[in-house]
Amino acid sequence: MSSIATRLQHTAGRAVLDSLAAVGRFAALMAELVRGLAEWRVWVPRAFDEAWNIGIGSLFIVLLISSFAGAVTALQAGYQFTGSIPIYVVGSLVTESVVLELGPVLVGLILAGRIGASYAAELGTMRVTEQIDALESLGRSPASYLLVPRVVACLVMIPVLTVFADVVAVGAGWLASKQALPITDADFVYGARIFWHPFDATYSITKAFFFAAAIALISCYRGYTTKQGAEGVGRATTGAVVTSSVLILLLDTLLAKLLLKP
Amino acid sequence: MIELKHVAKRFGAQVVLDDVTLTVTEGETMALLGPSGTGKSVLLKHIIGLIRADSGEVIVDGLNVRKLKRRELAKLRATIGYVFQNGALFDSMNVHENIRLGLTDPAQYNDQEFVEARVLECLKIVNLAPDVAKKMPAELSGGMRKRVGIARAIAGKPKYLLYDEPTSGLDPVNADIIDTMVKRLDTDLGVTSIMVTHDVRGAFRTADRIALLTAGKIVAIGTPEEFRDSTVPEVRAFLERDFDNEPI
Repeated sequence: MSSIATRLQHTAGRAVLDSLAAVGRFAALMAELVRGLAEWRVWVPRAFDEAWNIGIGSLFIVLLISSFAGAVTALQAGYQFTGSIPIYVVGSLVTESVVLELGPVLVGLILAGRIGASYAAELGTMRVTEQIDALESLGRSPASYLLVPRVVACLVMIPVLTVFADVVAVGAGWLASKQALPITDADFVYGARIFWHPFDATYSITKAFFFAAAIALISCYRGYTTKQGAEGVGRATTGAVVTSSVLILLLDTLLAKLLLKP
Repeated sequence: MIELKHVAKRFGAQVVLDDVTLTVTEGETMALLGPSGTGKSVLLKHIIGLIRADSGEVIVDGLNVRKLKRRELAKLRATIGYVFQNGALFDSMNVHENIRLGLTDPAQYNDQEFVEARVLECLKIVNLAPDVAKKMPAELSGGMRKRVGIARAIAGKPKYLLYDEPTSGLDPVNADIIDTMVKRLDTDLGVTSIMVTHDVRGAFRTADRIALLTAGKIVAIGTPEEFRDSTVPEVRAFLERDFDNEPI
């Protein structure tokens, strides 16, 4: 009995130490990133390349999924509310749901899978094949070459993609509601405007910015600290996607609580 | 000069380096022999500051690597060329860009004319054709990757060259080519070198002195002749196993 208790204590102690070590490594990575910012001649051109990859590479999937999400929101709203409340409410519901929630969250989750996995795998492979050590051995900062461009590109491009997603999803919702419901353009626009606050757009972009930070920092951290060969790369990739996705949902709740005041 | 004084390193419970003391003098080529997993690469990474010792001192050019600040360490690293075991070439860059990164002087790095000339010169030194410069690392054979790794390491005209298993994974013909190249580079460039290897023949062919690292300790050190005649049991076991009881 006492040996089980001792073992549990050891396991708990080890878990606490591992967590503290991870926090320390993450803090060290943040410090590296800040130092890396000084070498702007190195990271600016690379950030453009990364931004292009994220933007162009993700645009199709982001627009496809957001248009489906907008259309489904409109159809479900019609199904729930037709006959009970004024039909223009569909316009309100589609616009507010998309801008406040669906747009940024869907883009965040899509890019956590697409970009997060790619960053963690790329950096993890570079770590286990000693490419990151090679950069350091050449007296160059891995942060300026590898981390800062990726983080900056995410922070810029994910909010931009979110704006595209918001616009396309509302448009798709508008089209879908016109096809399936007895709603006119004037009804939809009236509904969209009646509950609209300019802050809603700011909130959407703010959320996207936080989600971008979560995706970029978590995936860079997981990739950069990869150990143990191919298995480690696999673990880092999975860990990056899962952790970023959970963090996105957690931030979603926190930001709603902090920023949305009735 | 490179000096390691009582260097110790452990990863968790595993002792990797245990009170290692070693001196490599100017212009010397030292081969560091030892079975796989005995800490040879770890020792090499201490010299360039990629791994920090738990205790002891690593001194390069009179500078204590462990106590250097970031900028000082980067400056020191610019004087050291490191050849990684599998080349560690950057996948996303072609051979030209990989070698260019070896130019540690920013003025040289940004001078297109100089870069073109130096890349071609380095490729020539490692016996590779100029058209290899346009290839991506994935298009190269194992031997070519190692040679490009060497070309990158020498691009900045370093004072020291550290080779981590330069012939591992190569067939005997390619291993001989690399060994000959290492010897030629050390003579032509006048660099101080440490070559980590478990290839005894290569060590005998290239080194001025050979050290044997076993279980984290240097158990023997001397010229190739002294090493061959050593009566230290670990040396005998290592030599006899590697040469399959054939005379050296």
